Amino acid sequence: MMPLAALFLRDIRLAVRIGGGAVMGVLFFLIVVTLVPLAVGPDLALLQRIGPAILWLGALLASLLALDHLFAADYADGSLDVILTARAPLELAVLAKAAAHWLTTGLPLVIAAPVLGLMLNIEPKAMAAVTLTLLAGTPALTLIGAVGAALSVALRRGGLLLPVLVLPLTIPVLIFGVAAANAAIVGPTPFGTPFTILCALSLASLAIGPFAAAAALRHGLE
Amino acid sequence: MRLFAEDLDCVRGGRAVFEGIAFSVGAGEALCVTGRNGAGKSSLLRQIAGLVRVAHGTIALDGGDPELSIAEQLHYLGHLDALKASLSVHENLTFWARYLGGSRDGVDAALAVLELDRLADLPAAYLSAGQRRRLSIARLLAAPRPVWLLDEPTSALDALAQARVAELMRAHLASGGMIVAAAHGPIGLEAARELRLGEAV
Amino acid sequence: MALIDLANPTRFLNLANRCLPWLAGLTAVLFAAGLYQTWFVAPDDYQQGATVKIMYIHVPSAWLGMFGWTLMSIAALGTLVWRHPLADVAAKTAAPIGAAFAFLCLVTGSLWGRPMWGTYWVWDARLTSVLVLFLMYLGMMTLWRTVEDPSRAGRAAAVLTLVGAINLPIIKFSVDWWNTLHQPASVFRVGGPAIDRSILLPLIVMVLAFTLLFVTLHLAAMRNEIMRRRVRTLRLQQAGAGAGG
Repeated sequence: MMPLAALFLRDIRLAVRIGGGAVMGVLFFLIVVTLVPLAVGPDLALLQRIGPAILWLGALLASLLALDHLFAADYADGSLDVILTARAPLELAVLAKAAAHWLTTGLPLVIAAPVLGLMLNIEPKAMAAVTLTLLAGTPALTLIGAVGAALSVALRRGGLLLPVLVLPLTIPVLIFGVAAANAAIVGPTPFGTPFTILCALSLASLAIGPFAAAAALRHGLE
Repeated sequence: MRLFAEDLDCVRGGRAVFEGIAFSVGAGEALCVTGRNGAGKSSLLRQIAGLVRVAHGTIALDGGDPELSIAEQLHYLGHLDALKASLSVHENLTFWARYLGGSRDGVDAALAVLELDRLADLPAAYLSAGQRRRLSIARLLAAPRPVWLLDEPTSALDALAQARVAELMRAHLASGGMIVAAAHGPIGLEAARELRLGEAV
Repeated sequence: MALIDLANPTRFLNLANRCLPWLAGLTAVLFAAGLYQTWFVAPDDYQQGATVKIMYIHVPSAWLGMFGWTLMSIAALGTLVWRHPLADVAAKTAAPIGAAFAFLCLVTGSLWGRPMWGTYWVWDARLTSVLVLFLMYLGMMTLWRTVEDPSRAGRAAAVLTLVGAINLPIIKFSVDWWNTLHQPASVFRVGGPAIDRSILLPLIVMVLAFTLLFVTLHLAAMRNEIMRRRVRTLRLQQAGAGAGG
């Protein structure tokens, strides 16, 4: 376990040091949420109704855009080559990196969500539901995004390729995340049904994501 | 222990880089891969390290740990230094030592040997190219592995540092290690056999 | 002492060290006077009661949020046009302080609005403008955080600051226009024609106190930044000295 703990700690350290991307995701999230009322108007009743959807879309975009560097930085400075010669399985290395990434960009999004919910006039109970769905759903976004990040490194194309590849794959997470949040607010379906499916999606991506990302990395290095 | 390859081909981007390469390196021996630019020196090293797919032929390590793959028993020192600018010299090396299975004492010793111990707390961003190269080489000492694959190991190093690295390579060979190095010029190993790429084809 | 003399960081440090205790003391005195007047002289609002006292923090914060960017713009000109060596130090250190006051303005605005609106946040034109200003400060701080070399970051930040300075009035105008499109009159009516002297005087004292607080914090932050850069230079030299062997 020690090599993986070392990788996990290193990635967290890099994220919070100068040049790291730890706060970038939250900032992007904040800006997206600010832009929506400027586009749809300051009608609080309307914002309250679409609030959970806005928060979910913002969190989705923020967590995916921040993923661009998950493997690209290690590829660019040669670290990825050395990581591949380690004894720790690449799948677990991917998982360690994804975990560090979620902790430094995904979790801050979850923590920021209630504050932003305040600006969208979402009620406390509804806000708790949205935050809970984000907590359960953002790991899935990171793990699905990791596959895209691995592919974009393998194909040596950065930028918009990652969201283009990955966004369609995140649709189920978005659907059930927003559905669960709305179920808690207006019903009629109980919160539990879509929320359980959301958790299942996260667990499934936990099982599949690291293998797919590791495979993409292995085949991409030529 | 013996690292050998037989009838090795390398195809990159649909172009045959080299064909029918064979070599054998025993314990305490060094192989120097030479050849013109594009002859496939780096590709050969990356094939041995498992970073480039072997299209045809075999690479094997006789007498190594049967539980581990070849890649897990070697150090690959590429053109890039694999350092993080925002981590300190010590943090960079400690990470690689832990990740590649070395010890804490090994880190301090390796820094001392490569004369980086006085810079241990500086961010790697402040280092010169030669210092970065030395820090990268320190990785090989901090986590002992029998096979060293070195791609232009002495680039960016001054004469003094080159001599020091040659000394380290000789010590590695003396302790039963193996070295496969790709180089344009002499790397300071008189006993190394030479494998010229790009002429037999 | 001419401005050019202050270009020498050592002289600037001396001056800063001599000024800081005085500035801090004066700030404390002004705050004491301002807070006394706020609590014991200024009347409660007949509608809002004691919540109106939030204004004495809110208004100075809004002013300093804008003051911060103005300061950064002047410093940006200093970096790009006059190449003053302390200009980017001033610009860099003003950003977090300006952001803090913009944030304070947002928080007090939302607390103030809570009893009136029944909710913590309303997309009111002024608050939205300050929010955009706050986001721009955060972007600026991110820029400084992304690049390790301060002189390179300094020039990039200077360009962005000036573009932002040109953009801010346009943003303000757009947000006002957007807001009037959707809802009439803003909730805040501070700065209307008839402000009683009993409110105006404490407000002026508080604005002065907060402004001095800004100046004090900024000077101290500049001093720290200069020292931080000296440490960086020393460490770079250390790396250079370790080059042999």
